[in-house]
Amino acid sequence: MKNDFLKISVLAFVVLGIVSCKPKSNKTASSSFLAGDAAEKVYVKPGTHDEFYNIVSGGFNGQLSVVGLPSGRTLRVIPVFSQFAENGWGYSEETKPMLNTSHGFVPWDDSHHVALSTTKSEHDGRWAFINGNNTPRIARVSLSTFRTEEIIEIPNSGGNHSSPFLTANSEYAVAGTRFSVPPDNKADVPISSFKQNFKGYISFISIDKNTGRMGIKFQLKTPGVSFDLSRAGKGKSEGWFFFSTYNTEQANTLLEVNASQKDKDFILAVNWKKAEEYLAQGKGKKEAAKFAHNVYSDETHSATSTIMNEVMTLDPKECPDMLYFMPCPKSPHGCDVDPTGQYIVGSGKLAAVIPVFSFDKIEKAIVNKTFDGSFDGIPVLKYESVLHGEVKKPGLGPLHTEFDGKGNAITSFFVSSELVKWNIEKLEVVDRVPTFYSVGHLSIPGGPTAKPWGKYVVAYNKITKDRYLPTGPELTQSAQLYDISGEKMKLLLDFPTIGEPHYAESIPATLIEKNSKKIFKLEDNKHPYVSKGEKETKVVRKGNEVHVYMTSIRSHFSPDNIEGVKLGDVVYFHLTNLEQDWDVPHGFAVRGNQNAEILVMPGETSTLKWTPTKVGVVPMYCTDFCSALHQEMQGYIRVSPAGSSVPLSWGTGKTPQTQADQKVAKK
Amino acid sequence: MKPLKRISQIALAVSSLLLIITYFVPIWKIDLWAPQYPEGLSMFIWLNKLSGQVEIINGLNHYIGMAHIKEEMFPEFKILPYAVAIIILLGLLTAFLRNRKILFALAAILVLAGAIAMYDFWSWGYKYGHNLDPTAAIKVPGMAYQPPLIGYKEMLNFGAYSIPDIGGWLFVLLGLVTLSTVLFEVKTNK
Repeated sequence: MKNDFLKISVLAFVVLGIVSCKPKSNKTASSSFLAGDAAEKVYVKPGTHDEFYNIVSGGFNGQLSVVGLPSGRTLRVIPVFSQFAENGWGYSEETKPMLNTSHGFVPWDDSHHVALSTTKSEHDGRWAFINGNNTPRIARVSLSTFRTEEIIEIPNSGGNHSSPFLTANSEYAVAGTRFSVPPDNKADVPISSFKQNFKGYISFISIDKNTGRMGIKFQLKTPGVSFDLSRAGKGKSEGWFFFSTYNTEQANTLLEVNASQKDKDFILAVNWKKAEEYLAQGKGKKEAAKFAHNVYSDETHSATSTIMNEVMTLDPKECPDMLYFMPCPKSPHGCDVDPTGQYIVGSGKLAAVIPVFSFDKIEKAIVNKTFDGSFDGIPVLKYESVLHGEVKKPGLGPLHTEFDGKGNAITSFFVSSELVKWNIEKLEVVDRVPTFYSVGHLSIPGGPTAKPWGKYVVAYNKITKDRYLPTGPELTQSAQLYDISGEKMKLLLDFPTIGEPHYAESIPATLIEKNSKKIFKLEDNKHPYVSKGEKETKVVRKGNEVHVYMTSIRSHFSPDNIEGVKLGDVVYFHLTNLEQDWDVPHGFAVRGNQNAEILVMPGETSTLKWTPTKVGVVPMYCTDFCSALHQEMQGYIRVSPAGSSVPLSWGTGKTPQTQADQKVAKK
Repeated sequence: MKPLKRISQIALAVSSLLLIITYFVPIWKIDLWAPQYPEGLSMFIWLNKLSGQVEIINGLNHYIGMAHIKEEMFPEFKILPYAVAIIILLGLLTAFLRNRKILFALAAILVLAGAIAMYDFWSWGYKYGHNLDPTAAIKVPGMAYQPPLIGYKEMLNFGAYSIPDIGGWLFVLLGLVTLSTVLFEVKTNK
């Protein structure tokens, strides 16, 4: 118990001690694990593409990054939960509703786990999902536009950590709360009444198989524990979901100590097909709960936010044979299911073994009722009866496990800072390789699916220290790429990441690149303020609101001179990018705007709000270098004092465009 | 005078009928490349319309003051479908009548029509390439932007490649078949 923890700490110090006694530094040590032909293996020739898209969570930056593997080059940051002044996400009128919640506008989050959509437990390349850990949310990102298309808030949740892992055919994304909480509609209770009033809600978010549209299908009101991570069953275990838990001590203070008392916490096995049956039988209860559901449309280029007021719940007490607890040593973190669906790997982050559970044995134990009592009314399966076996002395602080598709698992060890490869069937360690330093998540292309692509594993390290040029107290986060195609894992590359990646998935580029959208068709633009040509541009006053219907094309705005705006007005620039060619965005910025700038893609309409603060002539210009005449892409807005009689007027001089049009007419 | 041989008759009929395809495919294409357009830009000319990335080409050409390419620029689009129909009928008539004089006439008409078409295309290219807006943003002294009549030409950062498309090659085929029929008939029937 406490002694174990001490032992681990002592052991950790011993290991650290041995390392520090070594005559040479770690850098030398790392080179012995470096593949001899590492440079050749990660070199992606200029002008050629990477083999894999690596979709990486941004952690505390609330975003998602797109990285190429094996080069480690960052290709793009996709804004999800956090405002992004770079392109106006969360600042433009169209995208603000995406960050709406039941708390109002929450323009940031802590984004944790990436889940790529699957069909039959194999990558289908349609969507990436990611959870907001802080203000419980799940976002769906299109892998065609690489934009966030939908965000749904999770009520009755204290922190959405055990999320957004997907079922085999992406029927559901799950959301298990990391903090047990009293129900949202009866939440004013003493904190010390944890055991009576707090529940660990698990939400099943349905995903429409054609549109991807999400909805909260039901919430399970499970006992008050903390849900950490989860994975869906696949193959023979399809229809089940497995959740790791901690704080089964049900402590509400000093969890560091109080939630580490028990020798074993639990993995919760959920038979979600059974839950669907109970739901169909009408066992569900609607409960009041407020949450936001935000959807972005590529047709109107706008988001709408709807506040929902109730949620369907299922009480396990009224639904027998749906939930089972499996004891798992010491606060399990990762809870990973192998490609066949037969084995469930628990990673007790304070444990000295890795327990591997067998789905066949779980089914048998359920039939034979081989229980070891119950926890809050839910049967606890006997540890030995469901155990395939334990990997002995694997390392210290196991966190997460991914699979190479060749019968092996690779587990990350935070405390001993290494990746360990072990044979699932035989439970024997095959190879180990150090990480620099303290690896958290790891990712094998297709690693969590029924069809791992293998080839590489990426370690996402929590500590960077001396691996790069120092940049003050705040350092980049670090990833390391290893070749796993051979018997020995070989280090290939270190590369910095953006934010703190908690998890990532990789998918072959061939499944994505052909679907990547190039432009939005102007003729399909259904934005209420679109201008489909310069002839449609105008400025309209509605009380103190001034709406500018504006266009951009290389290289001018229309209109580019506006007068008649007065102090006290609120100006909305509805900018339509008339370009219909790939990679010709235009930017738009106004001097002194207390908002942001925006980038507008070809065929898109985006609205920038501006409240003038001073009388005068205010410059505006394009912020995205668009052509040889980009620097000329500028104009003026005259702001007159409140009550001034300057009439509203606007225009653009003779443009090359109109000149060229006239020429045609003359002919 | 002997009638045309069976083989000549068939060759003429088939290659004339093949022209029906020209109503459904482009007859000419112009490909453009630039450092910024590694994938290239293409414009296709049909009997009665344009297709391809005409709007993008227009957008780029405004810098140097070129007129926009639009279908209204080509009155030919109203005439060409009928002209081709007449050629098909003439070809079939020649095959049907098997008359050598008519064959010679057909050959002459085709050569003449080809020459007129190429001159017309050249003169459009000349006007298009020389009729520049004096207020254009980019002016290169002495530079004109006439696309090549046929073949490759470099203009500023762009390389332009002008070549018949499927429809165009079918006209070439009919021309070649007609001329070889003439030679064949003359040689074998002296």
